[in-house]
Amino acid sequence: MSHPAVLKQTPLNAEHRTLGARMVDFGGWDMPVQYTGIIDEHNTVRTAVGMFDVSHMGEIEVKGPEALSLVNHVSTNNAAKLAVGQVHYAGLLYAHGGFVDDILVHKVAEDHYFLCVNASNQDKDYEHIASNNRWNCVVENNGDRYAQIAVQGPHALETLQKLTKTDLSAIRYYWFKDGEVSGEPARIARTGYTGEDGFEIYVAPDRAAARWSELLDAGREFGIKPIGLGARNTLRMEAGMALYGHEIDASISPLEAGLQWIVKFDKGDFLGKAPLEKQKSEGLKRKLIGFEMRGRGIGRDGYEVRVAGEPAGWVTSGGPAPTLNKNIGMCYLPIDKAQPGLSIEVMVRNQPVEAVTIPIPFYKRVK
Amino acid sequence: MTYPEQFKYTKEHEWVSIEGDTGTIGITFHAQQELGDIVYVDLPKTGTSVDVGQSFGSVESVKAVSDIYSPLAGEVVEVNSLLSESPEKLNEDPHGAAWLVKVRLSSPVDAALMSAADYQAYIGE
Repeated sequence: MSHPAVLKQTPLNAEHRTLGARMVDFGGWDMPVQYTGIIDEHNTVRTAVGMFDVSHMGEIEVKGPEALSLVNHVSTNNAAKLAVGQVHYAGLLYAHGGFVDDILVHKVAEDHYFLCVNASNQDKDYEHIASNNRWNCVVENNGDRYAQIAVQGPHALETLQKLTKTDLSAIRYYWFKDGEVSGEPARIARTGYTGEDGFEIYVAPDRAAARWSELLDAGREFGIKPIGLGARNTLRMEAGMALYGHEIDASISPLEAGLQWIVKFDKGDFLGKAPLEKQKSEGLKRKLIGFEMRGRGIGRDGYEVRVAGEPAGWVTSGGPAPTLNKNIGMCYLPIDKAQPGLSIEVMVRNQPVEAVTIPIPFYKRVK
Repeated sequence: MTYPEQFKYTKEHEWVSIEGDTGTIGITFHAQQELGDIVYVDLPKTGTSVDVGQSFGSVESVKAVSDIYSPLAGEVVEVNSLLSESPEKLNEDPHGAAWLVKVRLSSPVDAALMSAADYQAYIGE
């Protein structure tokens, strides 16, 4: 993967440096991987509240009288079922049924959909959607027009509520409201990538630094901390959420990834529908399954998985799960082996280490 | 952070301390800081031979795995058992209680190892 010589920065880059973050090149973006430490940050989100700069994420907007037709053609979920103000998760697929990306679709108006997409995929996603635009929609690649801050954890609502008159308790999970934060426009979505309750707010880039410091102040009484990409990954892994480039990519179908719930075969035609139907009727060859290490060692992304000594699959994500105090991961295995309770071996630096398959997700918050 | 004067240091961020014919190997404060929360330490068994520049184990943080390269040649005579139960000690006391292994030297110590002052200059402190 080649990166531009100069890393892209979010509008909060200076804030991260002031807070002493360790910065890394994340898909061409200069991003904070940790501030105080991954385990501390992870636990802060599970038990109190954390805030994340996710301004690197892309935003693509689809507008026009036939916006629904284009959105429903390129994505797997059924956007016709969305009410204005509602959000859902969907796959953006190639015609062959593999992932271009995974996205959140927000219905802003009957003729306006707002898609939140992965940072390093945004240009590819935009080209993909634009090239399938047979409905004369306006498709805009608007990543530069939004900064995004996620506030996540049991005290997320109380923290954000201090800064807005928008009634946050009235926003249900996977709904959003175009309201205000500190009197300035903000799209406030009750979504997240941590397995906790929380919000993701979209604001103008030049207002991001003000919102960031206000949130740090507002959350102080609850023990708020800034959270880096390291803990973002351990949090989403425990919650069993897919990460593009790991659980899903162009070679993987949503059915294999355990995401059949975002594929709505009854909604009419969409990109990738025929190969997915074929896969469904013929039966899957492989499937994603969780595992827990039993022996000493940690399964990591890309490690080989063996069953009864024979190569059988690979680890998509793996590492310590701080909340569960176990080493966990996800892997692809042949369909007959992708069942909980099977003994497997993860090849850790050329040594087989014992593990057992377990269901995904690994962590569910108590509501 | 202070880096003990009596230690020698490598560019791979290990330290060694020599007493007679035995050398103790650890990783530096800087190394543990770069790694972040350490969750697992993989060390060789007593009796294993190690050579200069050879990877003899690994340290894993939440995020990544790093090899440990031996700055010494010889035989491992003692392995720090503290680290198998409490790998986080490597974050807390990398220059002390959380040493990794002791090696009986089979050849003289490499003259290219850095002094504490040189190492601190190397890491920009």
